[in-house]
Amino acid sequence: MSNDAAFVEFQHVQKSYDGEILVVKDLNLSMPKGEFLTMLGPSGSGKTTCLMMLAGFETATHGEIMLDGRPINNIPPHKRGIGMVFQNYALFPHMTVAENLAFPLEVRNIGKDAREEKVRRALDMVQMGAFGSRRPAQLSGGQQQRIALARALVFEPELVLMDEPLGALDKQLREHMQFEITRLAHELGITTVYVTHDQTEALTMSDRVAVFDDGRIQQLAPPDLLYEEPENSFVAQFIGENNTLEGVIKSINGDECVVALDDGSEIDAKPVNVHAAGDRTKVSIRPERVEFNKDRLHADAHTLKATVKEFIYMGDVFRFRLSVAGNDDFIIKTRNAPDAIKLSPGQEVEIGWLARDCRALDA
Amino acid sequence: MSDATQSGPMLAADGTPLKKSLARSLRRRKLRALALVAPLLLFVLLSFVIPIISMLFRSVENGIVSETLPMTVVELQHWDAESGELPEEALYEAFIRDMVVAVDAKQHTRLGTRLNYEQTGMSSMFRKSGRQIKRIDPEADGPFKDKLIEIHEGWGDVDTWRVIKTHAVPITNGYFLNAVDMQRTPEGAQAQPEDKRILIKLFGRTLFMSLIITGSCILLAYPVSYLLANLPMRVSNMLMILVLLPFWTSLLVRTSAWKVMLQQQGVINETLVWLGLVADDARLVIINNQFGTIIAMTHILLPFMILPMYSVMQTIPITYTRAAKSMGATNWTTFWRIYFPQSIPGIGAGSILVFILSIGYYITPEIVGGTKGVFISNRIAYHISSSLNWGLAAALGTILLAVVLLLYWCYDKIVGIDNVKLG
Repeated sequence: MSNDAAFVEFQHVQKSYDGEILVVKDLNLSMPKGEFLTMLGPSGSGKTTCLMMLAGFETATHGEIMLDGRPINNIPPHKRGIGMVFQNYALFPHMTVAENLAFPLEVRNIGKDAREEKVRRALDMVQMGAFGSRRPAQLSGGQQQRIALARALVFEPELVLMDEPLGALDKQLREHMQFEITRLAHELGITTVYVTHDQTEALTMSDRVAVFDDGRIQQLAPPDLLYEEPENSFVAQFIGENNTLEGVIKSINGDECVVALDDGSEIDAKPVNVHAAGDRTKVSIRPERVEFNKDRLHADAHTLKATVKEFIYMGDVFRFRLSVAGNDDFIIKTRNAPDAIKLSPGQEVEIGWLARDCRALDA
Repeated sequence: MSDATQSGPMLAADGTPLKKSLARSLRRRKLRALALVAPLLLFVLLSFVIPIISMLFRSVENGIVSETLPMTVVELQHWDAESGELPEEALYEAFIRDMVVAVDAKQHTRLGTRLNYEQTGMSSMFRKSGRQIKRIDPEADGPFKDKLIEIHEGWGDVDTWRVIKTHAVPITNGYFLNAVDMQRTPEGAQAQPEDKRILIKLFGRTLFMSLIITGSCILLAYPVSYLLANLPMRVSNMLMILVLLPFWTSLLVRTSAWKVMLQQQGVINETLVWLGLVADDARLVIINNQFGTIIAMTHILLPFMILPMYSVMQTIPITYTRAAKSMGATNWTTFWRIYFPQSIPGIGAGSILVFILSIGYYITPEIVGGTKGVFISNRIAYHISSSLNWGLAAALGTILLAVVLLLYWCYDKIVGIDNVKLG
């Protein structure tokens, strides 16, 4: 099977629990083999439901889910051969670590010797070789997480699902495990569906990210595109830090447009999902793309007057809060470089940006 | 400032040792807590703990013989019970003197009743003799030996004196020996005659039937608890109310309802006869025997099994079963290898509760148990209220309490009492 053929596919999948509200609305998604795909979204957006449908613990109300070309709607979970890591690890408390790992092999009737060999290799893979005889309760959160990962991988599934697996870890451990998980996934060539509400996790780990909201995929793209080229205001707001200004399209000229903000001032932007002059729009601009050094802007670029409200020193970057066109929460970031300009509160500045960095999105 | 350099106990700011200072600051709080629980503590102490202790003490207390017949007891020390010969005149004289005092105080009948537990006939002997001894003047009318034997031939029987001597001790193990079908004799503890041995059998039956009741409660409660723990909240609340409903009905009413259901002219038999499954002259005997006790008690104790099971099952997250299934385990394997082992503390807690409750149960076996289905507690009640042999009742109760405490201890060792959750 070639790599670009869909390995996991959702076709027009819908899910409702009560027959009144659709939790998942017309989901279409196709994943090639070996991909690391993250489902990202606020709670209640339907991402976990999608994962549970793929695992077989929920049934789709409508539509088809295909795994490796076969429809799996009617296959019970234990016959799907999908590895799974749960948020609270779900390590069986009454078994030792080694017994936990041996369980999926045992139910597959794998002989004792082969079983022990595989368990040993899986434990080594997550650097937990010495912990086989411990009970889960005797392990730290990070160690339990590793064991849960090893248990999901020990029977060599082609698809692994992870449901917010790092949610209970502290920041440092989480960053370390993010790296571990992606390394393992790529080394073993497994296809991974990863659910999280932590965008940093999504951006750093994934090949592609599906941003969920309101039961739909709002955007499905690699992390860099998602951050730099959000397709609608939900994604722009949800991923990374973002400044929003509201206004009306004044004119569209190919790749550039002019937006008249509500206070009357005008700015340059790139039309993304606005269609004609007169449309209401929310423009989105990343804090690090805002320029207040006039020399770096086009001569004819539109600029806005801004008042500095607050200066926040963050070490590697400076962060300023400005009042711009009636928005008091306009954030700018600059790198802490030798020539960086420090603005002080109360100071008036003129800010501007390149039209391509400022995206005119749906209102 | 001096923390780093000082050695010895840590000191508070004013120089007193920190421990002392902490204890002082906690004392007020402890006193206040004590004051809050004091009324209940006092009530429990006066109305529960002290009566129980005094009741338990009755199982060994035996002052009545030496108090009623002080001089006789002293004389009995010199008499050799093994000789087979009647005591000397001195003992008869002491006995008459004691009895005159006792008859005046009307104590002799009580002593008769007490000794009657050990040898039947003693009660009437004391009563009859009492009336005539009243007319004897201990100073003038001697010698007494033949006179007394004339009053009642029992006084000429060596066995009578042997019984009195055996039970003249102020603290006795006699009641406990009786409770395990033995008796106290001058030759030491011996088995009761064959036809009097019923209590060990009754203890055995109580334990055996309690085990069966516990077992059937486990079987019935497990699926219900599983449903309660896994159904959606709204449905499970409804089910929970149904489980708790019996608690709101009087125990007596529920037990009587079983009588209506199970008797020969009862609902079950009538239905079976009407359906033609049972002949009219061969109606099932399902009450006033062990079967009736087991059915009614299983029903009555079922909630005590369901509640702890439910509270344990509720804490087993669904992710465990999901994880097992995702790893390829079938439904049965998932249940047996993953779910069941984690629900064992609930089974343990429910079993110990039901078992302890059922070995002490009284009302239900009394009503539906007939003669074959009664428990040891019914025997205790009989000795308390009918035979008035409180000593034996107390001994039986003490043994029962000891058995329960022993079971509780075993349970603590095996399951751990911290694991008991009652909701």
